[in-house]
Amino acid sequence: MISEGTGDTGAGFYERTKKYRWVIAEWMMSTDHKRIGVMYLMALLSFFSVGVVLGFTIRLSLLAPGLLVGQQTYNELFTLHGVIQIFLFIIPGIPVAFGNIFLPILIGAKDVAFPRINRLSWWLYVTGAILVLTSILMKGGPPDTGWTFYAPYSIRTPANISTAVMGVFVLGFSSILTGLNFVTTIHRMRAPGMGWFRMPAFPWTLYATGWVQMLATPVLAITLLFIFLGRVFGVGFFDPTKGGDPILYEHLFWMYSHPAVYIMVLPAMGIISEIVPVFARRSLFGYVAVCMSALGIAIVGYAVWGHHMFTSGMSDTARVIFSFVSFLVAVPSGVKIFNWVSTLYKGSIETDAPLLFALSFIFLFSIGGLTGLIIGALATNLHLHGTYFIVGHFHYVMFGGAGFSILAALHYWFPKITGRMYDERFAKLGWLNLFIGFNILYFSMFVLGFQGMPRRYFDYPSQYHTGHVISTMGSWFLAIGLVIIFANLIRSIFKGVKAPMNPWGGKTLEWTIPSPLPRENFEEIPVITRGPYSYEEEAR
Amino acid sequence: MGMWFFLFTEILFFGGMFLLYSIYRYKYALDFHSGAAEENIILGTINTCILLTSSFTIALSIGAIKKGLKNLSLRLQFATILMGLAFLVIKYFEWTAKINLGIYPDSPVLLKLSKGEILFFGLYYVMTGLHGLHVLVGVVVISFMFYFTRSGTINRDDNARLENTGLYWHFVDIVWIYLYPLFYLIT
Repeated sequence: MISEGTGDTGAGFYERTKKYRWVIAEWMMSTDHKRIGVMYLMALLSFFSVGVVLGFTIRLSLLAPGLLVGQQTYNELFTLHGVIQIFLFIIPGIPVAFGNIFLPILIGAKDVAFPRINRLSWWLYVTGAILVLTSILMKGGPPDTGWTFYAPYSIRTPANISTAVMGVFVLGFSSILTGLNFVTTIHRMRAPGMGWFRMPAFPWTLYATGWVQMLATPVLAITLLFIFLGRVFGVGFFDPTKGGDPILYEHLFWMYSHPAVYIMVLPAMGIISEIVPVFARRSLFGYVAVCMSALGIAIVGYAVWGHHMFTSGMSDTARVIFSFVSFLVAVPSGVKIFNWVSTLYKGSIETDAPLLFALSFIFLFSIGGLTGLIIGALATNLHLHGTYFIVGHFHYVMFGGAGFSILAALHYWFPKITGRMYDERFAKLGWLNLFIGFNILYFSMFVLGFQGMPRRYFDYPSQYHTGHVISTMGSWFLAIGLVIIFANLIRSIFKGVKAPMNPWGGKTLEWTIPSPLPRENFEEIPVITRGPYSYEEEAR
Repeated sequence: MGMWFFLFTEILFFGGMFLLYSIYRYKYALDFHSGAAEENIILGTINTCILLTSSFTIALSIGAIKKGLKNLSLRLQFATILMGLAFLVIKYFEWTAKINLGIYPDSPVLLKLSKGEILFFGLYYVMTGLHGLHVLVGVVVISFMFYFTRSGTINRDDNARLENTGLYWHFVDIVWIYLYPLFYLIT
């Protein structure tokens, strides 16, 4: 462990400003990017645990269908699981939490470009979340359409779709403002000497993500508004009896929601690109290629939405093109994977918990990505579409990818955010449980899907029973792992050893300032004279 | 810069609607033709003139404040607000006339029409409705700018807020320039 002074300055940005009487008001009214980021982080992790509990219940129910919950409840469960994990946790996910806390620091700024808009987007996020949650309690019952809100069912079901859809609409607005804010911040607020190619990889991916948020989310907003108008005023854009076309809904929806996949995973890749060099003590191999491939993924990602709809009815030409372009996404993703592995080559590796999570990311994301190629091919897609294979695939990419990188970032930046160290042994124990449970849980889904088990079904023929039992047992290990990880982190906030300024030997700017972060970030704005990961120069 | 990004996202927002419009118009070209024949072209044209003129006045008001002519700028902003309101009032009469004919989403009269016409009027209400909402927001924002200019926080040297408002207003204007031919002139 490298230690450069204790760096302890007391309470850092947690210290009370005494501007308001109540601590809550002081935080809610704060425009400090670190405070907003911490609030986001707590909200996200709370929703994550709710989503995990819902998913866990789904798995339990599949053990013996009908015993635990009824059919309608089951439909509501998987809808809420999807809506919460996707719209409340993983889409805002990394940018709003870690992006908010660390983006300005990584580029040497005192705050984001528009601090008050940043606060506004936090308020919008809270509003959207409250709307989504009230839809569960209001008359009509929780949404039961699946997180995709496919028309025309979403227009006709008696369940309470309108509120949930408006909630997601507001969340989208929050997401647009965050993206806009970050892109402007990166353009305008970089410290003197920090050229584009002296910027760490994480801001680069946030930059690509910001553009995707701005370019894709408005399309989702208008699409969801159509659903809302369809339900409230009877405007029938997606209702065949009124001349509308439900397939058009799918097009508009995926035109957003496929790029949204990259909103989730691009910043995750950024985090991995930060962690791997630090724990291998080498500069990021192919740094420029890694940064550029983030932009590459963001751009290609716009032209692949059709691969969600191969069986919905599309011309063969369109399907061939969409399939081909989907394969192209594998190229920049592969560039990243190979560069991370090359960074590790001949490095002096320290297998601390953040690196374990990062390595799991590389492993699980590779599986997720490669199975993506299987379902991106037309012929196999026809067989696997709408089966558990898809469920396995996107859990490997979303949870194994984005989810693991959030855990990696939590451990990596924990000392910097809280000023305390977590307990390494428990972190590793939790990781081991999580990793094993994850693979049992989701890999068995590939097998189930290949055998033909359709997704979202409440019941199944007895031939799938073994597969479901194995999968559910995996979810127990996974849950134990998560409990250990979070119990350890929560305990460490209060009981952990005081963290030094630079516990991992990181080279990026956040490690040059005290832990926990001081309120003003930098006493004076640093002047940048070198690249972000200069390990080799030092060794020479 | 932030404002330009925001307008960019607004373009995409309306883009979704224009996309639907073009697809359904391609599918039901004749119905759209007969639907547009029902529109009141006179009111539509008057509204176009009003909105274009208001875009002109807000541009002038920005020019005025940059030269330090506070009172002129205030008067021009006031004129813009009035024209925005006039636009909304005329729109209101247009909508009520249509609703009195029984044409509104999900109405019995509308559902008896052909599918293309149902979609045409659905799009008409949604697109002009959301555009009207943007006009309303614009009027409120300009009223705030009026207040700021009068109290002097927007002045010769600090007028970025007014300029951004102007950009927004031009955007609203541009959207209307596209809506006008698509709903009134295609017969």
